[in-house]
Amino acid sequence: MERLFETRPWIRVGGVLLALLVGYGVVELALRSGWIGRYGENVLMAIGINVLLAVSLHVILGLAGQFSIGQAGFLAVGAYTSAVVTTRLDMPFELALLAAVVVSVLMGLLVGLPTLRLRGDYLAIATLGFAEIVRISLLNIDYVGGAAGMQLPHLTTWTHLFLSLVLVFTLVLTFTHSAYGRATLAVREDEIAAEAVGISPTFVKVFAFALGAGIAGLAGGLYAHTFYVIQPVDFGFLKSFEILVFVVLGGIGSLSGATLAAVLLTILSTYLQQFPEIRMILYSVALILIMLFRPQGLLGDREFGDLLSVFRPKKEAGVR
Amino acid sequence: MDMWLQQLLNAISLGAIYALIALGYTMVYGIIKLINFAHGDVFMVGAFLGYYAMLLVDGTPLGANPLMKLLVALLVAMIGSTLLGVTIERVAYRRLRNSPRLAALTTAIGVSFLLEYGTIYLRGSQGAQPEAYPTLFTAHLDLFGATLKMDALVILVTSFVLMVVLQFIVQNTQTGRAMRAVSFDMDAARLMGISVDRTISITFALGSALGGAAGVVYGLYYTSIDPFMGLLPGLKAFIAAVVGGIGSIPGAMVGGFLIGLLETGVSALGFSLFRDAVAFIVLILILLVRPEGIFGEHVREKV
Repeated sequence: MERLFETRPWIRVGGVLLALLVGYGVVELALRSGWIGRYGENVLMAIGINVLLAVSLHVILGLAGQFSIGQAGFLAVGAYTSAVVTTRLDMPFELALLAAVVVSVLMGLLVGLPTLRLRGDYLAIATLGFAEIVRISLLNIDYVGGAAGMQLPHLTTWTHLFLSLVLVFTLVLTFTHSAYGRATLAVREDEIAAEAVGISPTFVKVFAFALGAGIAGLAGGLYAHTFYVIQPVDFGFLKSFEILVFVVLGGIGSLSGATLAAVLLTILSTYLQQFPEIRMILYSVALILIMLFRPQGLLGDREFGDLLSVFRPKKEAGVR
Repeated sequence: MDMWLQQLLNAISLGAIYALIALGYTMVYGIIKLINFAHGDVFMVGAFLGYYAMLLVDGTPLGANPLMKLLVALLVAMIGSTLLGVTIERVAYRRLRNSPRLAALTTAIGVSFLLEYGTIYLRGSQGAQPEAYPTLFTAHLDLFGATLKMDALVILVTSFVLMVVLQFIVQNTQTGRAMRAVSFDMDAARLMGISVDRTISITFALGSALGGAAGVVYGLYYTSIDPFMGLLPGLKAFIAAVVGGIGSIPGAMVGGFLIGLLETGVSALGFSLFRDAVAFIVLILILLVRPEGIFGEHVREKV
C-alpha cells in the first residue's frame, strides 16, 4: 500500500477528496432530510466552531509554543466584525467572514508585534489583558449594542462550516510541513538555537500568532451567525479557558489531539448544559490531573497518522 | 480640592488592598517563578471565610464589638487561606516544579477555576449570587472637607501592620533568610541544608494569609462578595507586582498603590467604564518599556 501511494500520489489525494466529498454529502443529506434536526444541527455547528478554535490555539501554542490565553479576544473581534458587516453594512455573509479574518489577523499583528518579545508568562497575561480590553471596549460601544449585544440572522450553513474546516486544515497542515512551519517548531523547541541557525524568532512567532488569530476570527464569524445573538459576556476569560483546555487536553503540538478534544468536550458539555458548575469542576479537575500525570496531553505531540504506524512493520528495524 | 483629597483617600485604600494581594504573587513568583493564578481565588475564599466567621459570632459577646468581630474574621480568613494555599502548593504545584512552565501555569488556571466553581457548588442554591458583606464601622472622620470612612482607616491599618510583619519576617528571621536564599538559587540553598520544600510551603502560607486578609478588607470596602470576585483584583494585583518589579516586596506595595491611584484617577476623570482595562494597558506598556519593573534592578533582594 505504502509503495502504491509513493508511486501514484494522486491516489492518496483522490482518496482524501472522495472521503471529504462523501462526508459532506452524507451530512448535507441528513440535514436536508431532517434526520439531524435543529438541535443536532446546533451541536454540529458548535463542534465545528470549537474545532476551528482548537486549531487556532494549536497554531499559536502547539506549533509556536507561545502561551496565549486570550483566544476569546480574537473570537470576539471576528464575531463582531462579521456581525457589523452583515447587519449594519448589509453585505453578504461570505464577505463578512473574509472581513472577520482580515480584521483578526490585523489585531493579531497589533497584539503580537509588541508582546511576543515577552517571555512565556508575561505573554500569557498580556494576551489575557488584550482579550479583557476587547471585551470591555465592546461593552462600551453603543454601535454594537453594548452589554445587550447584537441580534443576528442565522446565516451559517453546513457548507460554510465544512469549507472553512477544509480550508483551515489544509492551510495549517501545509504550514506545518513547510519550511516556515519547521522553523516555527524549531523556535518552540529552542529559541536561541533556532536564532543561531538564522531563523528570526520574532517573525516566526508573529506569523503563527497572526495565523492563529485569523482562524479564531473566522470561527467568530461562523459563531456569530449560528446562535442569533452575541454579547460581550460570551467572550470572557471562561471562553479562552475552554479553548485552552481543548489544546492542553488533546496534546500540546498535536493537531489531531486538539481536534479530538474539541469534538469530545463539546459533546460532553452539551450533555452537561444543565449543570454548568459541575461541568466547570470536571473541566478544571481534568486539566489539573492531566497536567500532573501527563503534562504533554493525551496524545502528546503525536498525530493519528503516527498512531497507525504502530501497526506497520518498522522500515528501519535494527538500525539505531 | 477636597474632591481630590477624597479621591486620594479612596485610591490609597484601594491600593492597600491591591498591595496585600500583590505580595502573595510577588513572593510566590520570586521563589518558584510561577504566576499563581489561583491566588486571586484564595483571596475570594478568604473573603467568604471571613463572612461566615462574622455570621457565626453574631449574637455572641464576641460579635457585639465591631473590632473583635473584624479580628475574628481576619483570623479565620487568614488561617483558612493559609491552609488552602499550602494544600494547593502541595497537591498541584510541587510535582510540577521541574516541568515546563506551561504545565504549571495551566495547572494554576485549573486550580483557579476549581476554587471558583467549587465555591459556587458548595454554596448550593445561592451559587454565583453575590453576598452582602456586613458593615462593621459607620463612623466618619472629617479631614479637610473630605470624609475618611472608618472602614478605609481599618483597611489601611490592617494592611500596614501585615506588611510590616511580613517585611520583618523576610528580613530578620531565619525563615526569611531561607526564603531569600531559595529564591536566589534553589540548588545552592538545598546544598546549604535548607529544606526547600518547607521554605516554599512557608512562602505560600505567608502569601495566602495576606491574600485571605485582603479578601476580608475588600469585602468591607466594597460591601459585596461573590465567587468570581478574585479574578479581576487578582489580575490587577499581579500587574501591580509586575509594575513594582516582580519578586520585590517593596515593589509590590508601591505597585499596588500605583494601580489603585491610577484606577481611581481614571474613574475620577469620567472613564470609569474603562477602569478595568487601564491596568492591562499599563501592564503592556510597562513590559515594553521597563520589563523588570520599578524596583527590578536596584533592589536586588528577592523574597
